[in-house]
Amino acid sequence: MNFLAQIGRMFLLFLESTGRIAVFAVSSLSHCVRPPFYPRLIGRQMVDIGYYSLPVVALTTLFSGMVLALQSYSGFARFQAESAIATVVVLSITRELAPVLAGLMVAGRIGASMAAEIGTMRVTEQIDALTTLSTNPYKYLIAPRILAGLTMLPLLVLVGDIIGVFGGYIVSIYKLGFNPATYVKQTFDYLETIDVVSGLVKAGAFGFIVTLMGCYHGYNSRGGAQGVGVATTNAVVSAAILILIFNYVITELFFAR
Amino acid sequence: MSTESPKIKIRDLHKGFGSKQVLKGVDLDVGRSESLVVIGGSGTGKSVLLKSVLGIIHPDRGSIEVDGEDVVHLSARERERVNTKFGMLFQGGALFDSLPVWENVAFGLIQGKRMPRSEAKVIALEKLASVGLGADVGELWPAELSGGMQKRVALARAIATEPEIIFFDEPTTGLDPIMADVINGLIVECVRRLGASALSITHDMSSVRKIADRVAMLYNGQIIWVGPVADIDNSGNEYVDQFINGRAEGPIQMQVRG
Ligand SMILES: Nc1ncnc2c1ncn2[C@@H]1O[C@H](COP(=O)(O)OP(=O)(O)O)[C@@H](O)[C@H]1O
Ligand SMILES: [Mg+2]
Repeated sequence: MNFLAQIGRMFLLFLESTGRIAVFAVSSLSHCVRPPFYPRLIGRQMVDIGYYSLPVVALTTLFSGMVLALQSYSGFARFQAESAIATVVVLSITRELAPVLAGLMVAGRIGASMAAEIGTMRVTEQIDALTTLSTNPYKYLIAPRILAGLTMLPLLVLVGDIIGVFGGYIVSIYKLGFNPATYVKQTFDYLETIDVVSGLVKAGAFGFIVTLMGCYHGYNSRGGAQGVGVATTNAVVSAAILILIFNYVITELFFAR
Repeated sequence: MSTESPKIKIRDLHKGFGSKQVLKGVDLDVGRSESLVVIGGSGTGKSVLLKSVLGIIHPDRGSIEVDGEDVVHLSARERERVNTKFGMLFQGGALFDSLPVWENVAFGLIQGKRMPRSEAKVIALEKLASVGLGADVGELWPAELSGGMQKRVALARAIATEPEIIFFDEPTTGLDPIMADVINGLIVECVRRLGASALSITHDMSSVRKIADRVAMLYNGQIIWVGPVADIDNSGNEYVDQFINGRAEGPIQMQVRG
């Protein structure tokens, strides 16, 4: 009985925080589309999220593309299906790996730093100071970050798509001895627009999730340095879980027919 | 001040956190161009009182009027308008550490009053000079400043928009006595120059004597004594006596364990 009460309590807590996050998300989005806007801050966040995440995303997608080619080859060779490697690489990268890996890497890089920065501003009363200086913290702190996340993740993933496919190409040509022209042709033969587009839609959703979680946990952090530490952890963990859940949901929406 | 309406009028203000009641019916008036100082022990809710007036904390019950306008039930936009009347010096300074010092001071002008940056910078440097800091300090980052300098920058930021009402939350806490006296002097000077109403919080008695016109004491969630600063040594209130003389024995029992 005590055990059941425990489960019930956890379920209620879960519903409560889901509701809180939903309210936070809606009011953040509504502040994204209403003036005043802060182009300087949006620009700075875009550079932070887009430009400075490039090396991380490039490296993860490059090696994913490479290992994908290698694994498919050793697997597919068993039933003489080596010609499918190019297709496997390009579909896996564009549909799944580039958006999910970029999302997770950016969650670790950006989500954590946003939660820490906004959390520190909260516990040192800088957010209160914004209010007294007639500046809405949602517009000044949160909207620029969410807008930058929404726009920069798809760009990052587009770059990641190209680099990932290139990684597969390198391994196939220089290690497995494929013919370059045939490999490129096979890459594009079965690729459809929706493969790339679905990946970019995922990327936008993940960018929103990462920045929303960073801002939400930072904005609601309590109680000094320890509270900020907790907020940082929660931002990364919740973003990672939500990314994997929404990855499934969006895949289902696009491809379950 | 008895004839005209007060600048800020607080009535029956209640605020609790969870099961803990912090403010239990605060009544307080701040007159026009008056400097009122609220004294009281740590954790009695002095900061909560200021934040309630600023709309950072939403009170559970009671009314707050600024210039006769109820400010408890304002929309976010109206709140922004009302807050342009206020300047606030936060207990910890609360300087934006992502912005250089001059931009901190100019923040209310650039963001709140939509002033061009170059124009705002000129005013910010003037305000820095008025608290005794040179233009070179304007280019530093808040983290590079000493505690006393941070307080001065925070003071410059609080007065930069020339507000009608200024709040000072423990302006001298954590400073050496000489720097504390410098800050007190600056506060008196700034408030007088702007003709502003000031509401300050402190438990530093030399600060009280220097900046207050009137003094109010907050104890156990209520204002238990209000009077001119000249009366503070013979207030006839044993709580006030104990507080200003800093005695451990008396009617105020410190809760050593919460
Ligand atoms: N946002 C908050 N959430 C919960 N409790 C708070 C909050 N702000 C203040 N308190 C509590 O209210 C009491 C009064 O705080 P405060 O006004 O900061 O005291 P002080 O008089 O020293 O300024 C403290 O016990 C504090 O723990
Ligand atoms: Mg305080």
